[in-house]
Amino acid sequence: MGLLPVVIVGASLGGLRSAEALRRSGYAGPITVFGDEPHAPYNRPPLSKDVLGGGDVTHASVAFPQRAATADVDWRLGTRIASADLERRLVRTADGTEVPYRALIVATGLRPKRLSARTEGLAGTFALRTLDDAGALSDALTPGTQVVIAGSGFVGCEVAATARQLGCEVTVVGSGKLPMLGPLGPALAEELMRRHEAHGVRFRLGTHVAEALGQDAVEGVRLADGSEVACQVLVEAIGSLHNTEWLHGNDVDVDQGLRTDSAMRVLRADGRPWVDVFAVGDVARFPNAIYGDVPASIEHWNIPTETAKRASRILAMQLAEDPDVDAAIAERFAPVPSFWSDQYDIHLLAYGLPALADRMELLAGRTDGECVYGYFVGARMVGVCGIGMRSEVMKFREEVSRYGHVAIGEPA
Amino acid sequence: MLKVDVDRTQCQNFGQCVLEAPNVFVLNAKDEMEYTPVVDDSELENVEAAIDVCPMQAISLVSGR
Ligand SMILES: Cc1cc2nc3c(=O)[nH]c(=O)nc-3n(C[C@H](O)[C@H](O)[C@H](O)COP(=O)(O)OP(=O)(O)OC[C@H]3O[C@@H](n4cnc5c(N)ncnc54)[C@H](O)[C@@H]3O)c2cc1C
Ligand code: SF4
Repeated sequence: MGLLPVVIVGASLGGLRSAEALRRSGYAGPITVFGDEPHAPYNRPPLSKDVLGGGDVTHASVAFPQRAATADVDWRLGTRIASADLERRLVRTADGTEVPYRALIVATGLRPKRLSARTEGLAGTFALRTLDDAGALSDALTPGTQVVIAGSGFVGCEVAATARQLGCEVTVVGSGKLPMLGPLGPALAEELMRRHEAHGVRFRLGTHVAEALGQDAVEGVRLADGSEVACQVLVEAIGSLHNTEWLHGNDVDVDQGLRTDSAMRVLRADGRPWVDVFAVGDVARFPNAIYGDVPASIEHWNIPTETAKRASRILAMQLAEDPDVDAAIAERFAPVPSFWSDQYDIHLLAYGLPALADRMELLAGRTDGECVYGYFVGARMVGVCGIGMRSEVMKFREEVSRYGHVAIGEPA
Repeated sequence: MLKVDVDRTQCQNFGQCVLEAPNVFVLNAKDEMEYTPVVDDSELENVEAAIDVCPMQAISLVSGR
């Protein structure tokens, strides 16, 4: 019998970067990656932006390049892992096959929350996470179509911009006072909303979609305030759920993401790590030294890469019985969250976690043109976000990424 | 030597590459990314890191590995 593989569950950004980083860290043994989607790893951000708008929703247009170092990875695509037994060190595919592992990396990410099982079954309703979702939605966004977007976060607003540019009639329904209020703060959120309205997008804020109307296909929505909006397309962008159900029955903490230590090792309920089980990417809730080591999951694109590098390096050292592994585990882990968003000709770029702030301040430029805002808790700058002005935004990256800067959940 | 290529139809001048490989990529005064297409092998690790973090996945190594 050959060596047992390192098994990675989830064949997206986090899974791919884990496999690459294992090789780069010197691990030469077998790697098996399970992914329930039929596609090799691809990039999700364009699915709400240029790819959705450009009509070229193909795997080739978003596929991550495959590197020579990972050519011998065993990709089991279209194969869902149904359960795991961490004590016995194995995972089970949906057809019951048991796959024993030497170490396990969990990279199963998120899936969209849905309004209800009934809306999910109606023709004309969409969620957006996968390439197949984007393909289906793209076909439905024809000129003149009335589109309601439930949810006014980033994905909702990006889809609104794209749909508007395709000639659809767009209404965004959001429960907040302003769209994207958390990550942008009031001044920028208000400006973004103004620009969307100038492009003809309508907003219904401070309410939510209570119900979808229609028998077989969606014909409209009823909002919580009783009013109705007609539509032929309903996009549900109301947030996400962590894909952790398959770990059910194991001694892990899956509340708001799979909890890990700062080495990305999955923790038992009593806080001790499983030494051979790691989690990376959107699914992981990990302590970040910038934010007082309070465990949180950060759903930004740069985090799967950073957490995968961290987990894979430690795992590779462990498997090689490298005596320095304890020192590597003890090293501080402080990845700087970064996000961007494209809507019309607006290019947003941010570092840190503006959502933690109680105050924002214009640092450069003009709000109605290009600008940079700083986000503060007291005197400490916890985030920076700009419309355009990229090199200005980058100047503040270091400032917002100091250790122990502010604790997530700390009262302001 | 390594040969680096950036797909200009994809690149949106995010400058994330600049943080990872400052000897290869720079943002000029107009916020446009400029890069050195042929660089020393010692930059391999940095260029690999830049490829990883580019949001548009616009960077590729044409030769060198
Ligand atoms: C439309 C859209 C736009 C975005 N835009 C931006 C942006 O502009 N900026 C930004 O910073 N971030 C953006 N993001 C977020 C970014 O794409 C995510 O942070 C990133 O994809 C997370 O990668 P991941 O590998 O951790 O998880 P995922 O990409 O969610 O991958 C998890 C994979 O695991 C698979 N899986 C789940 N359960 C199982 C199982 N039991 N067995 C086998 N496989 C399983 C899933 O099908 C999926 O393929 C966007 C996301 C979306 C959906
Ligand atoms: S990170 Fe990518 S998109 Fe950004 S400047 Fe570099 S090459 Fe261009």
